[in-house]
Amino acid sequence: MTMPFYVAPEQVMKDRAEYAQKGIARGRSLVACVYDDGILVVAENPSRSLHKVSEIYDRIAFAGVGKYNEFDQLRVAGVRHADTKGFAFSREDVDARSLANLYAQFLGQVFTHEMKPLEVEILVAELGVDGKPDQLYHVAYEGTITDEDRFAVLGGETETITDRVVESYRDGWALDEALRAAVAALAGPDRTLEPDDLEVAVLSRAHGRRAFRRLGHDELAELLSGSRKGATRAPRGGGAGSGSAPESDGGPLRSE
Amino acid sequence: MGLPLFPPGDDPGPDFAALIRQTDRPRSLSASIETATSALTSVAHGTTVVALRFADGVVMAGDRRATEGNIIAHRAMEKVFPADRHSAVAIAGAAGPAVEMVKLFQTQLEHYEKVEGVALSLEGKANQLGQMVREHLPMAMQGLVVVPLFAGYDLRLSEGRIFTYDVTGGHFEEADHAATGSGGRDARTTIKLGWRADLARDESVELAVRALYEAADEDSATGGPDLVRGIFPVVATVTAEGYERLADAEVAASFTALVARRSLGGGIGGGGP
Repeated sequence: MTMPFYVAPEQVMKDRAEYAQKGIARGRSLVACVYDDGILVVAENPSRSLHKVSEIYDRIAFAGVGKYNEFDQLRVAGVRHADTKGFAFSREDVDARSLANLYAQFLGQVFTHEMKPLEVEILVAELGVDGKPDQLYHVAYEGTITDEDRFAVLGGETETITDRVVESYRDGWALDEALRAAVAALAGPDRTLEPDDLEVAVLSRAHGRRAFRRLGHDELAELLSGSRKGATRAPRGGGAGSGSAPESDGGPLRSE
Repeated sequence: MGLPLFPPGDDPGPDFAALIRQTDRPRSLSASIETATSALTSVAHGTTVVALRFADGVVMAGDRRATEGNIIAHRAMEKVFPADRHSAVAIAGAAGPAVEMVKLFQTQLEHYEKVEGVALSLEGKANQLGQMVREHLPMAMQGLVVVPLFAGYDLRLSEGRIFTYDVTGGHFEEADHAATGSGGRDARTTIKLGWRADLARDESVELAVRALYEAADEDSATGGPDLVRGIFPVVATVTAEGYERLADAEVAASFTALVARRSLGGGIGGGGP
């Protein structure tokens, strides 16, 4: 019987971290920031159907970078967690903090105990209502969780992108200004990103109960060119409810 | 509660009902109720709901009364709910399980939409609801019958569609209009006499309101407009724009006009408005 070679735990962790970072850096980055009416998430993603940004619950959105199959599995788990919780308790009891903590625990568990760490970084964004601030939870591949209240950058070259966002960030900016800044930060000085290269979604207070909405190609082009300012069109109806009693109306978010 | 992750073989997919069965969260009450049939007479029952097609989609309406035997249990119960953005569900029968079914149905549709990234087709939604009614059959046999009415705007065909159900979960598409519940017969007859294919929104709302009025006139378990308390039926439209519940003021105006016309005729209005 052969004895396994001794490897120092520091070395194991370092190797895993390096492996995960490499995997994440291979993909493209993502910027999320708050604007006057909600939260904007901009991802560089040429695919129309394999989404990086998705809806989790009424006021909660999910974004992931890195390996698609891995963060998509986490996205579905998040939807399940939120829907089960909202069904068992009440819609207002579903919050991003507990979900972000679950993700952090899971990622940390996998990072220390499994052969291969997950090559993903995750963002859980929650729209604040009734005076509560918008919240962005950034969960890294090893389970580190940070909360931001202005913007978050996920992916490979986060430092340079963060510097660019810091430079242009302004409190209370409108959607079009925030979008242009986020796209410029992702692109850098040498490239321009077209609407086709982008996946953009917002959580907006103007959208009623289900605040999440994707921005289509035309809308993006208009916002980027400056021919349209803030407000995105609000969907009617606002979808269904599944709180303690069935929602009888899909109207604007109620103040509890 | 940990992150709900499943090995590939046990993954419930986009099915929320299967998910809660697997995670064993809220239990249905079917098991415990089988021995308690004697208590079931004191369960609130909801009554008349109607749906009809008009030029831009469908109108759905339901009265507000719930009864326990000969007692009025609730005067302001709601029986018409949005199922998702482009469909509505109305319920008749035992109120508790019916409202629970609506809640599960709403969660199911939204869950599917979020997990899969696309909404179910209208046909798919109708089928889902049918399966929920079928699963409820053991309780229906104990007397807790739930019969929903489902209507929505089919984005693919660009038209409103209506589905009716029986206790076994069998669902049938109705051509133009449908009504269910204890006053359903009278409501259906009223709609039948007034319905045209090219009804405008306001005309179809008026017809739905009239159908509920006639049902309440003939059926003691159906509530009419409550002018004293200001309680009026729930009326909603589903069009390409989505689900929209009419403001109480609009429904109230429609009823007030109807009551005024009926008063002039000494209570007799025939089939006309």
